[in-house]
Amino acid sequence: MSVRGLGPDAGPKAGPDAKAGGDISIREVTKIYDPDGIHVVAVERCSLEIAAGEFLVVVGPSGCGKTSLLNVLAGFEDLTDGEILLDGKPIAAPGRPVEPGSDRIVVFQNGALFPWKTVLENIVYGPMVQRRRELGRARQAARNLLAQVGLEGIEGSYPAELSSGVQRRVEILRALINEPRVMLLDEPFRGLDAVAKSVMHQFLLDLFERTRLTMFFITHDLDEAIFLGDRVVVMTTRPCCPKLVLQVNLPRPRDHRALGDTRFLELKRAALEAVHEEALKAFRAGERELA
Amino acid sequence: MGISFKRWVTNPDSWGAVASIFGFVLLWYVLTAVLRLPRFDKLPDPVAVVTAWLSPNPPDGLSIFTSVYYMDILYSVVRVLVSFALATVLGVGLGLLLGWSRVFFDYAFPLVETLRPIPPIAWIPLAVLVLPTTEMGVIFITFIAAFFATVLNTLLGVQSIDQVYFRAAKCLGSRPWDVFRHVVIPGSLPAIFTGLQVAMGVAWISLVAGEMISGQAGLGYLIYEDYSNLQFVNIVIGMLTLGLLGYGSSALVRLAGKRLMTWESRRRGVGA
Repeated sequence: MSVRGLGPDAGPKAGPDAKAGGDISIREVTKIYDPDGIHVVAVERCSLEIAAGEFLVVVGPSGCGKTSLLNVLAGFEDLTDGEILLDGKPIAAPGRPVEPGSDRIVVFQNGALFPWKTVLENIVYGPMVQRRRELGRARQAARNLLAQVGLEGIEGSYPAELSSGVQRRVEILRALINEPRVMLLDEPFRGLDAVAKSVMHQFLLDLFERTRLTMFFITHDLDEAIFLGDRVVVMTTRPCCPKLVLQVNLPRPRDHRALGDTRFLELKRAALEAVHEEALKAFRAGERELA
Repeated sequence: MGISFKRWVTNPDSWGAVASIFGFVLLWYVLTAVLRLPRFDKLPDPVAVVTAWLSPNPPDGLSIFTSVYYMDILYSVVRVLVSFALATVLGVGLGLLLGWSRVFFDYAFPLVETLRPIPPIAWIPLAVLVLPTTEMGVIFITFIAAFFATVLNTLLGVQSIDQVYFRAAKCLGSRPWDVFRHVVIPGSLPAIFTGLQVAMGVAWISLVAGEMISGQAGLGYLIYEDYSNLQFVNIVIGMLTLGLLGYGSSALVRLAGKRLMTWESRRRGVGA
């Protein structure tokens, strides 16, 4: 068995793959936190359809509730109202116990590679605990994955010995080896310098070309959003729901030249306006809260 | 540990250690043998101590050539090892459980926090009166402080693990046992070993207290007996032996920690 689109037995370009699925339907989702009686509506009646094999990017001001949405999607938190379907099957609904699963793997904001495991041990962790395949074969698959992205030779290193850019790539491979249906990326390149970030963008775009996994990518970097996404959803400030949906009509495969494309600049202008409006609202709300 | 003696001697970093020990001995010598200040004249000088320590026919009956010296060392070392092993197994186990289960924590933590501050010495009367043998009493007293140091540090270790690792582990399909084995245990290891270092230290402290009051052999007993007989040289030999054994046992704990946590030492290697 090999990772879809990356193994030797996969076609040259897998393209959208019906078998793998990855179709997400977010329906009227509301998430209310109630810490010590303070009612915080993080997400309100948010509906969003994500097609299998789509690269969806969510943009919004900090603290707007987009991470809450991701946490509900991932199964880390329950939702207050509404439901979420993955390939037609409900994965989250009120009163339903939260259940993360390897069909939708999260790549975290500040990285979550286990510091006490080597690169190889990290990557084979999923197959190992799921007992889906023999450990020897999982190790071989992990080595192949590393080799395919030009990271051979680091199997025995610990995360702390690697640059943060390499750490992020390893973390993405650790997710990928489980053949998830969806990748949930929560500002995964935050804190990287510009050069490392552009390397990561190319890495993720190449990966997306080969796997066509459904991507749910959160960021507050507009350039990143438009450069990577098929669709960019600008969220309102808390409570979070879609304000503006931009179809990114830049051709794939993309590279850095797309950043100078006039269509890119037009999209950015439209998105900037919406983001700015929401940022101002968030700022005023913050002032009110402080007053 | 792990480096050859020759490299240790030629390494300028270790000269500081040699200098401080040499300075201490020199000060001791000057105070007791040269200046002979009031009160210091009672103390044996380092030359007298070392001479007696290394003498085949020691005047006070204690040196590296007497079997009683090794019997006392053996008693103390075995007591510390047994107590430390018990403290490690039970302390790490209880600490992990406290950190792992919210319910268990709510039930057990207040009790642990009430018993923890009771000094080991306060346990001596009950331990001696209740336990069937004095030997068990001494081991219990040595164990008790080491145990609480281990419990607390292990608990803090589990609590200090970033929530993100639990989430990542669940995402990747872990069952509760996998999370325990692959996140909780390795994540708390650095704090566990900090706890074990402390535990080893307090084990020696409580051991001596226990042996002084209720022991029939051991270094604490030796020091106490020589105190009654006013054998100053033997007291100092006993103290220095305790120091060396304490140093050695802590170094062993550190070495074990280093072996188990390669990721920690390698990270330091990169940072240096």
